[in-house]
Amino acid sequence: MTKNKLWISGVAVPVLIAMMLLALSSRVTANAEPSAPAAAVKIDNFVFGPQTLTVPVGTTVTWTNSDDIPHTSVSTEGVFKSKVLDADEKFSYTFTKAGTYPYYCTIHPKMTGKIVVQ
Amino acid sequence: MPDKKQDLIDQSLQDLNNDGVDRRGFLKCMAWAGTGLVWTMSGGVPVSRAFAKGYGKDAGKGADFTFVQISDSHIGFNKPANPDVTATLQTAINKINAMPQKPDFIIHTGDLSQLSKPSEFDTLDQALKSASAKQIYFVPGEHDMLSDNGDQYLQRYGKGTKGSGWYSFDHKGVHFVGLVNVANLKAGGMGSLGHEQLEWLEDDLHGRSASTPIVLFAHIPLWTIYPDWGWGTDDSEQALSYMKRFGSVTVLNGHIHQIMQKVEGKVSFHTAMSTAFPQPAPGTAPSAGPMKVPAEQLQKVLGITDVNYLVSGRSLAVVDSPLGS
Repeated sequence: MTKNKLWISGVAVPVLIAMMLLALSSRVTANAEPSAPAAAVKIDNFVFGPQTLTVPVGTTVTWTNSDDIPHTSVSTEGVFKSKVLDADEKFSYTFTKAGTYPYYCTIHPKMTGKIVVQ
Repeated sequence: MPDKKQDLIDQSLQDLNNDGVDRRGFLKCMAWAGTGLVWTMSGGVPVSRAFAKGYGKDAGKGADFTFVQISDSHIGFNKPANPDVTATLQTAINKINAMPQKPDFIIHTGDLSQLSKPSEFDTLDQALKSASAKQIYFVPGEHDMLSDNGDQYLQRYGKGTKGSGWYSFDHKGVHFVGLVNVANLKAGGMGSLGHEQLEWLEDDLHGRSASTPIVLFAHIPLWTIYPDWGWGTDDSEQALSYMKRFGSVTVLNGHIHQIMQKVEGKVSFHTAMSTAFPQPAPGTAPSAGPMKVPAEQLQKVLGITDVNYLVSGRSLAVVDSPLGS
């Protein structure tokens, strides 16, 4: 019986190590994949910059308000809607479908921009 | 006028923190910002003067009544252009209370708050409690309708109003109309009144005598001052077309944090200063953001006193406008 137990543990330990390695390697693989695409729009001086931003499908776009005055970033077609962004606050949205997404600041509607997703 | 010694002191006080705001410039800005306009109705012709200049003995003399317009308090704003907007609002209120002729009421032309927060409205209410005039009429600015479609604003200040907060009232023979041009703004556009409000306005004025003096007030200017910055109202022309038969029409706005005026036929347009912070003259800055009054622009800020002087010279209002007979 003692022999058996030893045999089991002899197998179990390498299996465990293998499993841990696997788990580790899968993590490493995930990290090694090209990271999810990200892009930024800066709100500065009452302007979305760049005014037209072209990104690949799956991109997360982050708007940052660099003004002293609150702004919003709201899709003209109701696709996305930020909360009110006070100075230095951010809003992110991930675009999963190709298309053109016009948006504007609902507080200062003269401020408009466009995200083109390809 | 500052003497040479004062100039030296001024220079030494300039921009110590290298943040673009020198202390004196800031104080000047505060002194300028903490103000409002006094309106005197005399035979249907409104005459205004700035607070900053003292009132002569004749102030308000022979007037039928006076009221005060304040605007753009932006309670909650705390950036360098004015870290204490509550204090400057209080200064404005103190000046109202010091008026030789007690105003019948106060009109606040919007942007009460910075972010439509209940705490900001609370602070505003608390400050306004100290005003000698207890009747205060409001219209919302875009900052008062930020995140809740204006529910918070309407609950507090919009009781008995229509739609997004418009209404009218009569006072001693003058018809006042408060309009809302900050709701449901369209991408790429400026201020907007909307069809429903325009219909209401036409109906509201229907049947009134052409000799009734009309005072329209709204947050965003009802005349196009600078479209690039959205300083105008897309459908204001239609609203003004309803005014054509009236002999005296006065339009009071805020939003642009500086005095602008125009007389067009029988209609005189005025915008008020903010009680919070100044904004640049149209096109003189990259954007309409708060003006921080850097040291090298001190002269410009001093020049604002000239604007006040012009106002106190009683030339701001509609002196030559035809009377509603």
